[in-house]
Amino acid sequence: MPFELFVALRYLREGRLQTWLILAGIGVGVGVIIFLSALINGLQQSLIDRTLGSQAQVVVRPPEEMPRILPRADSALVSSVVQRPPQRVRSIVEWQRVMSLLRRTPGVVAVAPTVAGPAMAVRGPGSTAVTIRGVDIDSYESIVDLRGRLVAGTFDLAGFKAVVGTELARELGVGVGGRIRIQAAGDRGGVYTVPGIFDLGSKDLNQRWIFVSLRGAQTMFDLDGGVSTLEVKGDQVFQAEELAGRIRDRTGLDAESWMARNGDLLVGLRSQSQSSVMIQVFVILAVALGIASVLAVSVVQKSREIGILKATGTRTGSVTRIFLLQGAVLGAVGSLVGIAIGTTLALFFANLARNPDGSPTFPVDLNLWLFGRSVAVALTVGLLAAILPARRAARMDPATVIRNG
Amino acid sequence: MDDTISLLRVEALTKTYGERVVTHVLKGIDLEIRSGELCALTGPSGSGKTTLLNLMGLLDRPTSGRILLRGQDTTPLDDASRTRLRARSLGFVFQFHHLLTAFTAAENVLLPLLSLHGNKEPWMRERALTLLAEVGLSDRADYRVTDLSGGQQQRVAVARSLVMDPPLVLADEPTGNLDTQAGEQVLRLMRSFNERRGTAFLIVTHDESVADLCHRVVHMVDGRVDSDTRNGVEGWEQDGGTSVQTHEPLS
Repeated sequence: MPFELFVALRYLREGRLQTWLILAGIGVGVGVIIFLSALINGLQQSLIDRTLGSQAQVVVRPPEEMPRILPRADSALVSSVVQRPPQRVRSIVEWQRVMSLLRRTPGVVAVAPTVAGPAMAVRGPGSTAVTIRGVDIDSYESIVDLRGRLVAGTFDLAGFKAVVGTELARELGVGVGGRIRIQAAGDRGGVYTVPGIFDLGSKDLNQRWIFVSLRGAQTMFDLDGGVSTLEVKGDQVFQAEELAGRIRDRTGLDAESWMARNGDLLVGLRSQSQSSVMIQVFVILAVALGIASVLAVSVVQKSREIGILKATGTRTGSVTRIFLLQGAVLGAVGSLVGIAIGTTLALFFANLARNPDGSPTFPVDLNLWLFGRSVAVALTVGLLAAILPARRAARMDPATVIRNG
Repeated sequence: MDDTISLLRVEALTKTYGERVVTHVLKGIDLEIRSGELCALTGPSGSGKTTLLNLMGLLDRPTSGRILLRGQDTTPLDDASRTRLRARSLGFVFQFHHLLTAFTAAENVLLPLLSLHGNKEPWMRERALTLLAEVGLSDRADYRVTDLSGGQQQRVAVARSLVMDPPLVLADEPTGNLDTQAGEQVLRLMRSFNERRGTAFLIVTHDESVADLCHRVVHMVDGRVDSDTRNGVEGWEQDGGTSVQTHEPLS
């Protein structure tokens, strides 16, 4: 065992109560960091999963239609009022070529063509406004896990079949095997059988969305083989805005990321992260001050012994390392204690309450990266906190401390 | 013919303390310690004995003058070089033993070795145990030093001072804090090491009986060497200050 480590460990062992107290302090500090991070990361991941569980990371649409004023040949001065026209369901021009281009775009994992448009769902006297989403279920599954969201029946969209949400089914009083009429603009539509009912985790979407086959929606909105949107999944959830920018640049189409669509959610997540970081900074500061004060006291207590060590040939660098190692050992062991405390707390919280679907009310995200980061932070803080005491010890003059006893 | 060698020589050594009120503690000391010597440094309190010992032990720097350790002038050396030189050439025994309380007797003895070599090796403990046996403490090797008596602690300190096998040990009032019997034991040990292995000792003491056991007595008064006499103790040729003893390494 190296000399410095041997002496550092012995001094820590000799400090018993002092050592145990500071280890407990570091442990609680690191435990709080791990618990908070696990809880906040878990909640954020859960929120993002819920949000992206029903929508694509990037949605590509044709650009909005805007009227243009035609230039007049006689250069006459004309006063005109330009009104924004009502938007209609339109197809992306040459969408197969665009889809192929998107698939070759860096960062894109999957692309699915869809048709989306407004309609009315009618059953007997009941009727409600809905959004029809025509999808090719196989390609759309790579964007959103629809089959995983089914609560009853099957996701079979062949022919005149429409899968509805739980709220809409309740509102129209329809169950699996029941029938509803879907009426789009221009008197297009028909009677559809309901083969399944989904729950996307959002009351609004469960009330408004109806999934039909891509071909059925094309007919309903008179798109004749066209698609109104291309939905894209990227490899990085939080790079969706950059991906949307790249798609806009490449295609000239409108591309909107989930981040742009859910601005409020992102602000909330960022505020949560910032509060968490602030709490962690204060905890780290408290831990650092704890380690520094314990080592500063130790240097005063050990000043005579440091003098003896130097008198008997211990180099100044070795004395510095003895105290730095004490800081590092306190940080490392304290962080292991903290991992145990944080993990226990997090698991306790995760099992404290559960949602009706069995998922934890407080989901926690414990992972190796979090543990590794905590050890690294505690180790660094331990070393940094030990610098001043170590320098003070190194500067001690052996003759003076021996003379003064 | 003198077959001893000069271990430590100080030339015109002065030491002052304070800036506004200057205290001259040493006022030009010339002194040489040769191999195999058992030398007492005596004098009244405040005569500068401990200051001289600290300077000779490279624990402090002189105001002026030179300190030559085995012929090498240590005055221009930096702290790291002085520490290295001190570790290899000098042993220390302090009045209050100054052992490290967190360690056992054996660990206290081997710490200077460990500090020099960096890593703990089995031979270091072997050497510490050999020395502890020589000072009569083989059965106390694994005792915490706080569990030992004052005399036993001082014997551990003597063993520690010899673990690096230095040619010269500097002892500051090694018996000053011990009862007569324990003090005699420690002195006997020092003399025994001096006779058997030729280790030179410079012992600062107030005690005349300690000085009587030494070959040479340097008496200081008011920061100066007042007298430098040689005793006719057994094993020492009084005239000429020569000795047949040479330093015999431990290992």
